[in-house]
Amino acid sequence: MYYEASGWSILIFVAIVLVVLLISYHFGRKTKTSSGYYAAGGNIHWSVNGIAFAGDYLSAASFLGICGMIAVSGYDGFLYSIGYLAGWIVALFLVAEPMKKLGKYTFTDALDAKFDSKGIKLVAAISTLMVSIFYLIPQMVGAGSLITPLLGMPHWVGVVLVGTIVTIIVATAGMASTTYVQFMKGGMLIIFSIALVFLIFARGISTEPDQGGDVPFRGFTTIKTISLEPYGIVLEDSTYKLIREYTDKEKKLRFLKLEKDGEVTIWRVNEADSLIDETLYVLDKSDGTTLYNGAPKEAKKFYQVGHMSQIGDEPDGKTGTLDVFSFIEKIKNGTVVRWSKHVLMDGADKLSIYYQNPTPGREVLKPGQKFKVDAEKGATLTNQIDFISLMIALFFGTAALPHILIRYYTVSSPSAARKSTIVAISVIGLFYVLTLYMGLGAMVNGVIDLTNDNMSAPLLAKSFGVLIFSIISALAFATILGTVSGLIVASAGAVAHDLMDKLRNKNLSDHKKVMYGKFASVVVGAIAIGFGILFKEMNVSYLVGWAFAIAASANLPAILMVLFWKKTTAQGVIASVTVGLVSALGLILLSQETYNNVYGLVGVHAPVQINNPAIFSVPLSFISLVVVSILTQKNRKNGINAINDDDNNGGGIDKNKKFGYNSK
Amino acid sequence: MHGPSTDWKKDYSSPLKELFGKWFFILYSIVYASFILISVLSPSLMATDVGSLNVAIAYGFLLIIIAIVLAFAYNHFCTRAEEMMQPEDDEEVI
Repeated sequence: MYYEASGWSILIFVAIVLVVLLISYHFGRKTKTSSGYYAAGGNIHWSVNGIAFAGDYLSAASFLGICGMIAVSGYDGFLYSIGYLAGWIVALFLVAEPMKKLGKYTFTDALDAKFDSKGIKLVAAISTLMVSIFYLIPQMVGAGSLITPLLGMPHWVGVVLVGTIVTIIVATAGMASTTYVQFMKGGMLIIFSIALVFLIFARGISTEPDQGGDVPFRGFTTIKTISLEPYGIVLEDSTYKLIREYTDKEKKLRFLKLEKDGEVTIWRVNEADSLIDETLYVLDKSDGTTLYNGAPKEAKKFYQVGHMSQIGDEPDGKTGTLDVFSFIEKIKNGTVVRWSKHVLMDGADKLSIYYQNPTPGREVLKPGQKFKVDAEKGATLTNQIDFISLMIALFFGTAALPHILIRYYTVSSPSAARKSTIVAISVIGLFYVLTLYMGLGAMVNGVIDLTNDNMSAPLLAKSFGVLIFSIISALAFATILGTVSGLIVASAGAVAHDLMDKLRNKNLSDHKKVMYGKFASVVVGAIAIGFGILFKEMNVSYLVGWAFAIAASANLPAILMVLFWKKTTAQGVIASVTVGLVSALGLILLSQETYNNVYGLVGVHAPVQINNPAIFSVPLSFISLVVVSILTQKNRKNGINAINDDDNNGGGIDKNKKFGYNSK
Repeated sequence: MHGPSTDWKKDYSSPLKELFGKWFFILYSIVYASFILISVLSPSLMATDVGSLNVAIAYGFLLIIIAIVLAFAYNHFCTRAEEMMQPEDDEEVI
């Protein structure tokens, strides 16, 4: 879609970015020690830390991805909200306090606290880096998506901009500034999301949504047919000339390419009603150019969609002001025109067709539009396993995300870690309820950009005026800045603290440790920028689902077993992290979704049909840990003796350093 | 198991808090697992009306509300445990 920037949006955007940079500069001057850099000196108040948790967590995936997925697929996007929140239960009840007790700066510290094993440091640091990078990709994709309508710049500019700003923030200031940036923007995001939901209720629903009068509703043309014979279709309107017919027998889809007055259009054959329906299409030509509905982007022929064709018991197709209940009820009793996508090869060109798919409200508001779960509607066992697997990954992934785990080290005590988690759960829970209304609001308000569903929530805001759009987009952008900063600090910690200092026994000076961390930040930032451009077309929530699956497989089994199973050995932990990481990553790289959307292979069957690996990789990781630990019990006893010996003769591990808490 | 050594004050309430945590976790897991199972085994039940909402949305909201309620309950119990089990002269400073 084509976007033009407005003065307001540029002004507000620049203002918010400046505030973020000022905060960084302010705290950057104070940050001299590694404890200050990696853990904000361990003296952030729990309530501030709690909101900052929410800021970290309500990333591009939550705000852009979930709302976008709900706008396109209905309830299935909300499943992410439920899973993301449920994950906090694992974090609070099992992980928060023990993690705080065991660690210093990084998740590796906590995992390794009992063992002092080089192997654990290595695999845990690698796993931290992998999860961080997989989590960074969707943030970067989200940044690119936002920058286009906000500032009218291409996608890659957004990615590079975020990468650069964040790398500056992290390289100058570290965890303290990241925390306050997250606190500020986490709070503001909640306030403005509530405002947006009230605006949705006030506007009500119409069968001809016109974006508050800004963009007239564009109706959709249909043409009656006389004959529906395959490859011999005859239309009532004979001014259209048939160029080509496409058939997908497996999906029972037929499309026609027609021409009238030199304008090429694509239509979907609707056999039930003897009609053909207008579609939207994007043609990626082999020469590198892209046409939107047959014209370049600037011609603005590709328009926003999303409306209800019928609203329950409203005869004139328009409701008054609605509330939390009646809004859902109107959608439930009506019909929503959803849009489905079909991709095919037209010679050497790639043709993406978006066609109307009127769906009863009842179907939209239950699981099954994106994730196939209903056996009666043709869901296979594979589909169902895929769905369960996703829900497992979301549940177990949160407590194992490195940028969430490091936030436990910014507060002063285990009980403060617990309290900040509770603040986080409350704020995040409230926000996730709002996502349902924002997503459904976008679905029925004619604001969806089919080429980029991530933009649904900001575009919905735009339909209420440029001001709220600018504020919400700038906040979403700041959200990404904050989350990316947190992830980069976590990665930098893994490289400088775990790999350089502990693993290679370099015993870096405090100053050097911070320096290595900053250098690592710049490198990780650059990698994230590259991937952000590469993964442009994926839904950001979907990508985050993968980061969760990897975190749940590689990190969580080890964390839980170290905390709760006394027989765990260092070798067991190494095996668990390695097996979890390799199996989750392997299954993702060989999955159908990756084949289609990442490698861009159309019509190729991938070796792995399941798109979410957690259901296999998490148990595999647990089993590896248990089996290897049992096999290496003897080493464990020897290992512990060795550590004690070291203590006795004064060498080896300096416990004070290892468990270096602040003695508050 | 190495406890936190050095200068960290001993947390006498730790075992009790761990016990709370495990039970609260199991409780929530059951509610969450039931939600997934209903989605897979009986999708039509998910579309059943609950007032203006349906089971899918009501259950979803409920999962969020239960998480918040359990979180506060857990904090309440843990704070009580800390107060009761910490010797007077060894109170934790937050």
